Amino acid sequence: MADLLLELFSEEIPARMQARAADDLKRLVTDGLVEAGITYESATAHVTPRRLCLSLTGLPAKAPDLREERRGPRVGAPDKAVEGFLRGVGLTRDQLEVRDDKKGQVYFAVIERPGRAAGEVAADVITKAIRNFPWPKSMRWGSGSLRWVRPLHSILCILVGEEGASPVAIDIDGIPCGNTTEGHRFMAPGRFSVVSFDDYAAKLRERFVMLDAEERRDHISSQAANLAFAQNMELVQDKGLLAELAGLVEWPVVLMGDIAPDFLDLPPEVLQTSMREHQKFFSVRNPSSGRIEKFITVANRETADHGAAILAGNQKVLFARLSDAKFFWENDLRIAKTDISEWTRKLENVTFHNRIGSQGARITQIRKIARILAHELFPDLSQGDVEYAAEMAKADLSSEMVYEFPELQGVMGRYYLLAAGKSPDIAYAAEEHYRPLGPEDSVPVRPVSICVALADKGFSLGSFWGFDEKPTGSKDPFALRRACLGAIRIVLENDLRLSIRDLFDSAIQRAVEIRAAAEDEFRSMNDEERKEAVQDRSDNLLSFFHDRLKVHLRARGIRHDVIDACLAMPGNDDLVLLVKRAEALGEFLKTDDGENLLQGFRRANNILRQAEEKDGVSYEGAPDVKYAVDDSERALFAALDNAEATILPALEAEDFAAAMSAMAALRAPIDAFFESVQVNTDNAIVRRNRLCLLNRIREVMGRVARFDVIEG
Amino acid sequence: MSGSGSDSGAPRCFQDVILRLQAYWAAQGCAVMQPYDMEVGAGTFHPATTLRSLGPKPWAASYVQPSRRPTDGRYGENPNRLQHYYQFQVLIKPSPPDLQDLYLGSLEAIGIDMELHDIRFVEDDWESPTLGAWGLGWEVWCDGMEVSQFTYFQQVGGHDCHPVSGELTYGLERLAMYVLGIDHVMDMPYNAPDAPIALSYGDVFRQAEEEYSRYNFDIADTDTLLRHFEDAEAECRRILSHPVLDPKTGKHIVMAQPAYDQCIKASHIFNLLDARGVISVTERQAYIGRVRALARACADAFVQTAAGGADEAAA
Repeated sequence: MADLLLELFSEEIPARMQARAADDLKRLVTDGLVEAGITYESATAHVTPRRLCLSLTGLPAKAPDLREERRGPRVGAPDKAVEGFLRGVGLTRDQLEVRDDKKGQVYFAVIERPGRAAGEVAADVITKAIRNFPWPKSMRWGSGSLRWVRPLHSILCILVGEEGASPVAIDIDGIPCGNTTEGHRFMAPGRFSVVSFDDYAAKLRERFVMLDAEERRDHISSQAANLAFAQNMELVQDKGLLAELAGLVEWPVVLMGDIAPDFLDLPPEVLQTSMREHQKFFSVRNPSSGRIEKFITVANRETADHGAAILAGNQKVLFARLSDAKFFWENDLRIAKTDISEWTRKLENVTFHNRIGSQGARITQIRKIARILAHELFPDLSQGDVEYAAEMAKADLSSEMVYEFPELQGVMGRYYLLAAGKSPDIAYAAEEHYRPLGPEDSVPVRPVSICVALADKGFSLGSFWGFDEKPTGSKDPFALRRACLGAIRIVLENDLRLSIRDLFDSAIQRAVEIRAAAEDEFRSMNDEERKEAVQDRSDNLLSFFHDRLKVHLRARGIRHDVIDACLAMPGNDDLVLLVKRAEALGEFLKTDDGENLLQGFRRANNILRQAEEKDGVSYEGAPDVKYAVDDSERALFAALDNAEATILPALEAEDFAAAMSAMAALRAPIDAFFESVQVNTDNAIVRRNRLCLLNRIREVMGRVARFDVIEG
Repeated sequence: MSGSGSDSGAPRCFQDVILRLQAYWAAQGCAVMQPYDMEVGAGTFHPATTLRSLGPKPWAASYVQPSRRPTDGRYGENPNRLQHYYQFQVLIKPSPPDLQDLYLGSLEAIGIDMELHDIRFVEDDWESPTLGAWGLGWEVWCDGMEVSQFTYFQQVGGHDCHPVSGELTYGLERLAMYVLGIDHVMDMPYNAPDAPIALSYGDVFRQAEEEYSRYNFDIADTDTLLRHFEDAEAECRRILSHPVLDPKTGKHIVMAQPAYDQCIKASHIFNLLDARGVISVTERQAYIGRVRALARACADAFVQTAAGGADEAAA
């Protein structure tokens, strides 16, 4: 048994690519070895900014021998045939075996391939892995042709057996290969040799390299928390930043510094964003003031002055950065306080989308939709407030701060609108109308924010559908799926009763009008055809909402066929109603009554369908109780009338539970009917009446849901 | 000479930093060239980088390049932003295997003590849409401050780079301010602080920053600029459309560099128009595309010249 150690030593690998690269190296090498017959016990990959490393244990000394037999021509066959066979198997005639066969003697070639040594196989596999490495972006350097993420400087590859380490020679573009590597770039320059993985890891640590990314991450995380804690502060957690920092250093040294008092009044979001994006600093909060007062940076080395010069330098850079941020903040505040509408005017000349129009045009439309929604959903709300909130919601796109930090859009709007003396409802609408930002994010609950958020999403969706630029496959550059799911969550979580088409129909209408002025295909349409074009796109977008809704509800445990059974019912553009119906139906189907009634429905439906097919007529006429022969038949007549009398008002009142329990009362009469009555009797009149009665079951139940699409 | 390139002790002024970088890269074998005599947005535009990174011929040059970014003008008031500043540029083809070490040596040469400071290579891929060029590399951070751009050129003017050039770009003002411990660029000593006539960066450039900021943002005549853009574009095309055989001398002369001058001109005029705020988002892409088309045409022409390696390809 032997162990293999491989290290690919290069110039600095981008942090974001490191974890994936370690996985890829492990996969490529182990797959290649196994395919060539070399097994292994364990495989571990490591990555630092300058090295990709793979350690394998438990390799056999060589791959198993292979023995292959091939049947050749029969003895006495023409020489040409025999020679051809010899060429194919690479043997001479005296090496062939002659074996007896049913019809005589036949030549056999027995080819023995001794298994190749593990080192030899590893060299091939590793060479191939390096040449085909799936870096997201790779490059050439110098005069070479090899591609790697950054220049690859050396390869360390050894096979460690009982008698010690032996080098595995990898010959690739003249890159030095052997049993040596380097330590920390600054703290321990110079090469050293290693004899095993343990030796390698230990010598690296002596030379200020923490090989394990998780160890570097944990080290940074705990050191940072300790530094903050020691000063009664708390670290603002940031997992993404933590992972990135662990990929930027081989020897993490965590330092904490002060934010100059000049900047403590900047909004915390600005401090955090500027420090994270520009400087890769963690923010440190003072819990008693709630403010961000310190920063934490991670250096790649220890120094004689314990990081004093490094911290001073970082502090100085931060000062310059925050001076910029403060400059933007103060300039923006001045404009916000003087005339914030200047920003919305500027948006008239900013393109949102070359077909849909400017940001200004977009805002005008959002305002219109928001007003209609407010009127429908919150009649007591000031429509003026909603319209103004919609108009100002994107004003901050013109601010310098958002130009510098696009991720602060909305948040800055809230600050600037408050500074301009606007009401909190209006200010928060700027921030909240972008929400939810993802499945984890909360939805707006303030009425003004709700109206603007729905109008914003509805306008985008309607416009892109109107211009036939729907998301396809993985392509969704305007995040329309997210917008749609966001709108669904806002509606459901706030229990909003409206036709979802109200969100987007006006945008579709507008898109078709714009196209009618610009595109031949639309110009030549008459009014009727244009209406149809709008309707088609509206229906298509509605079913996109339904698809998203199904995905959303499946996560909440509602079966897709239950939703399908409700989608076909009237009012399917009212999502709250749709979900209420689906939930009640789902619950009902879980009960005994529901399960049995479904069976009864199926039986009725099957008999009816067969009869309709056979007779070529549909039995939609009203059945007449006077042709009823059996008691159970008469009872079913009464039960259906009773049920319908309860179901109709219950549906009217959207009391789906009551409608379901009224249906449950049908179970016994339907079961009894099938028990004692033969539908397909010889008496044509009675048969016809019974089929119409079955149809009545279908009709009454069909008022609640489409039971025929329910599965299982 | 005190205060002007002495290589012992810390640099004392802006020009010390420049002189030391020049001396250092001269000692590494680079031709120390002078700035290109045209308005450019970055040192990369100098033909010693753009054109010389094309083709198979080895090359090693370093130079200071005044760079103009009209939109960055702040009337000389911002401590860090200038519409006219200096870049120090190094281009070596093929990129030597120890380029990172050579680079770190240059930081030591300007007085950065590697034992006390934290140097990091942070991913930053470089792309110039106007030059049709891209490369992979890093921003180099010293104590959290970006002090240089380090790039391995992969493509220039639409041509794959074979061999690959290594490019280093130092933002001189920022770097010197850091080394000298200065907070506002205008306060930085330009020559030796004890010279008989000691000059600060502000003494030399503050007025120019003011004048150009006003001109760039408010005064530059956009109609004239638009016309000049068209002219430069047309002239570039016209130059390249001439037959390579010079009827007067009978020589084979491709005029890649005169054409490239017009490309540089168009690029700078575009930057001015951008600063005047007359280019919309959609137009922007179109203008960049037009400059890129010129850069490509110039690159196509240059690789047909001797300096571009045409003789070696023919041999």
